[in-house]
Amino acid sequence: MSRLVIDPVSRIEGHLRVEVQVDGGQVTEAYASSTMWRGIETILTGRDPRDAWLFAQRICGVCTSVHALASVRAVEDAVGAVPPLNARLLRDLIATSLCVHDHVVHFYHLQALDWVDPTAALAADPARAAALAQSISDYPRSTAGLFASVQTRLKVFLESGKIGPFTNGYWGHPAYRLSPELNLIAFSHYLDALDFQREYIRVHALLGGKNPHPQTYVVGGMASPIDLNSQDAINANTLQEVAQILQRGLDFVEQVFLPDLQAIGAAYPEWTTYGRGLGSYMVFGDYSLSPPGIARPPRDGLFPGGIIRNGNLAAKPEPFDPSGIAESVAHSWFRYDDPGAALPPWKGETTPQYTGPEPPFEQLDVAGKYTWLKAPRYQGAAMEVGPVARMLVGYTSGDARIRPLVQGALDALRLPPEALMSTLGRVLARGLETRLMAQYSLELVNRLRDNVAGGDLAVADTGRWRPTSWPEGTLLGVGFHEAPRGSLSHWVVIEGGRIRNYQAVVPTTWNASPRDAAGNPGAYEAALVGTPVADPQRPLEILRTLHSFDPCMACAAHLYDAEGRDIIEVRVQ
Amino acid sequence: MTSETGRPLSARLADAGVDRRSFLKFCAGITATLALPAQLAPKVAYALDKVDRPTVIWLEFQDCAGDSEAFLRSRNPSAADLILGMISLDYHETVMAASGTAAEKARDDAVAKGGHLVVVEGSIPTGIPGACTVGGKSAEEILRAAVRGAAGIINVGTCSAFGGIPAAGPNPTGAVRVEDVVGGVPVVNLTGCPVNADNLTATIVHQLTFGEFPARDRFGRPLFAYGERIHDTCQRRGHFDAGEFAEQWGDAGHRKGWCLYRLGCKGPSTFHNCPSVRFNGGTSWPVAAGHGCVGCSEPGFWDTMSPFYDRLPHVATSGFDLTADKIGVGVLAATATGFAAHGVGKVVQHRVAAHHEKQAARDRAADAADTAATADTAATADTAATADTAATADHEAPIGKAHTDAETGEAE
Repeated sequence: MSRLVIDPVSRIEGHLRVEVQVDGGQVTEAYASSTMWRGIETILTGRDPRDAWLFAQRICGVCTSVHALASVRAVEDAVGAVPPLNARLLRDLIATSLCVHDHVVHFYHLQALDWVDPTAALAADPARAAALAQSISDYPRSTAGLFASVQTRLKVFLESGKIGPFTNGYWGHPAYRLSPELNLIAFSHYLDALDFQREYIRVHALLGGKNPHPQTYVVGGMASPIDLNSQDAINANTLQEVAQILQRGLDFVEQVFLPDLQAIGAAYPEWTTYGRGLGSYMVFGDYSLSPPGIARPPRDGLFPGGIIRNGNLAAKPEPFDPSGIAESVAHSWFRYDDPGAALPPWKGETTPQYTGPEPPFEQLDVAGKYTWLKAPRYQGAAMEVGPVARMLVGYTSGDARIRPLVQGALDALRLPPEALMSTLGRVLARGLETRLMAQYSLELVNRLRDNVAGGDLAVADTGRWRPTSWPEGTLLGVGFHEAPRGSLSHWVVIEGGRIRNYQAVVPTTWNASPRDAAGNPGAYEAALVGTPVADPQRPLEILRTLHSFDPCMACAAHLYDAEGRDIIEVRVQ
Repeated sequence: MTSETGRPLSARLADAGVDRRSFLKFCAGITATLALPAQLAPKVAYALDKVDRPTVIWLEFQDCAGDSEAFLRSRNPSAADLILGMISLDYHETVMAASGTAAEKARDDAVAKGGHLVVVEGSIPTGIPGACTVGGKSAEEILRAAVRGAAGIINVGTCSAFGGIPAAGPNPTGAVRVEDVVGGVPVVNLTGCPVNADNLTATIVHQLTFGEFPARDRFGRPLFAYGERIHDTCQRRGHFDAGEFAEQWGDAGHRKGWCLYRLGCKGPSTFHNCPSVRFNGGTSWPVAAGHGCVGCSEPGFWDTMSPFYDRLPHVATSGFDLTADKIGVGVLAATATGFAAHGVGKVVQHRVAAHHEKQAARDRAADAADTAATADTAATADTAATADTAATADHEAPIGKAHTDAETGEAE
């Protein structure tokens, strides 16, 4: 039995360390540690709530804009601002296009190298690769000439001796199993996806000035004016261009992403059994356009909310109840007055307390505190969140869009629904969700055009802009969002027109959670158990399972300042 | 110098499907971005053709990966062309294949050879070293080791250049900028939140072509990108001069592209080429899209430029309100001082609180007399216009040697 440390875990956002026990060629115990935090919530305390989204957005530059959305929803919920329909459509357009972009980047640039060995592509026959690619999709770039030129490029690169980001990769590892042709196709699409993502995300620049970090949200709506006939607002041309980009996105997802997923997945069937983990899933629900669904979990959204427990896919999901969320710090570098307590976000209590070993260190004390993440729990239970949770909750709810989408994929792969609860299941679910979002984004742009053509030009509820227009007393707000990596919530307490407490409970905090006071592991820790490890020096299989969650550690690492005590002291000075 | 394969960059790019004509066009474009005379384009092309792919180590500390994402959005050349053709990106946690010890070995081997460029994203938590570790080592330790023998440091984004959001008040981790931890090699600060990928590419090309970073201002920012204020090149500037201001989100003025100054735009005290270079392949930039500039390329902007929706003259810089014609100078001086005083966060937090009381009072007054607001439009425009000259003069005077000049700034 040996302790294996992987740090840094690369091809993720942020700083993740895992320590695992390996016994008999497989993982028997795993600990996930987030090794960086900045304290953005503390920094937010005392500030103008209307500024919050700008700070909160900087929680992450990968899933950029999701924190802006959750943040602005939280403040609107607290002050009673209701964004008009145009603003809700624009926000959902930014969010759906982000989701498509993020999932494509994740698959090709953060995950594919776990399944694809580019060095093996040198042995491929470009003509056979073209024939194979054409047999699974009608993507126009699947030609022998193109594959030959990609192969030449790759050869020159690999032979240069300077292979940059591919240096020391686990090339030739026995767990790689694709044919040379499939490796060549996948590497070619790795490059195509780099170009695709750059062009696709121009949607954010067109609607919000730039990406990452689009600069267009305001409390009450959006800062992007809209007028089909103005040259200085989102106009008919902008929407036409957005629609064209979104259509190309849908084409890419259907012609490249999903076929690749299916081909790669088919080569690794045992990975539909590894990496199951908790088997409990949570979805808040999102993408409702009806006005009451701004902040509170929507009941009629594109994604239905719900809870699945212990792998039970036979029953309908339980409804999600926001009051079920509470967090423990038993194994986190924070101190609670009552160390065993689990506190709900609005009443969260925080004192950072780093008790880990002073760097440089070899090993963490996993029996004690070992991460900058708290342990969020739903009614005491650890939950997995993300695309697979959304697809499973939609599927078991009998949702009219999601159920047939999932069933179709399962039938094509001859898999039971339980297969989704696995490493490869997460990857597949992400692909299905990408198609759903790519389709839905086109519906949104059409609806926006129709609404504006009808004469509605409002983009913001300006009646609640000035803090003097806000209700008196202590205001509580929460913003829910189904972000690409899962269920995201921002919680704000406002007093006297400024932020008294701010907290974000984010998808990766749920999934990368440490053990709680009762010793129950989080989703990563549970999913890694049972993962095979052929060569501890090259832990490729562990990366497969970790990457299937799409870790986003900067999002996850938070500092919660419950009562703003530090700030009050400062004011007294 | 010859390339590692004995073949010029243009030939290697040709392998990648980039023809000679496109290569020359790219060189001409970069020359223009760098604000160099067009006649220098052939020199850029000649130099690039000869250069060996330099080793680049990209380190992430207290960051959000936003600058890495911006890098992936590079166009002309694309990220693929950069990674496969122009540089050797031997360490970048977000994109590299290897993890754990294999990843660390790639970094250490690259550093051992020397002459590499170190790109840094994120700030350094000197107050709590355990607040950012990679492979069990602290950010400071990794940074110190990585710059040994380096040809230069490129700080991408405001966090590594100025401390950024982790250093915003009350700076819970004691976050500092890279230059507070290491020195002794040339440093260039490509500020912004996130960095503009075009400015990053241009800076790398300049280094490859001329063997040094471009000329910089006293904050280490290249003048080609940060030599002019946003306000001076803004597409809405004509409306500012004409006294035409958007007053509320989505109103008629907003829809007509009027000036966003009254909605809090910080363009008059922000130095950046956003209006000309724009983002995402020249698609747009925040002011074009309808939201004011927040000043993200300025030191300490999270504290000095916020509340972001207040009009610029009311920004609290040193406990009292400055008029528009002092603001450019005031912000720069206040933030230079802030570098030295790590306790600045608490002071700022205090100011934020104090400011808030004043703002609430102002809002009540504004609610009562909304019509008066329109009347002062012209006057505001005049004072802010005067500000332009003062701020620019102050900005352009000291150039080069970023670190020492910033320290000189403390005395101001």
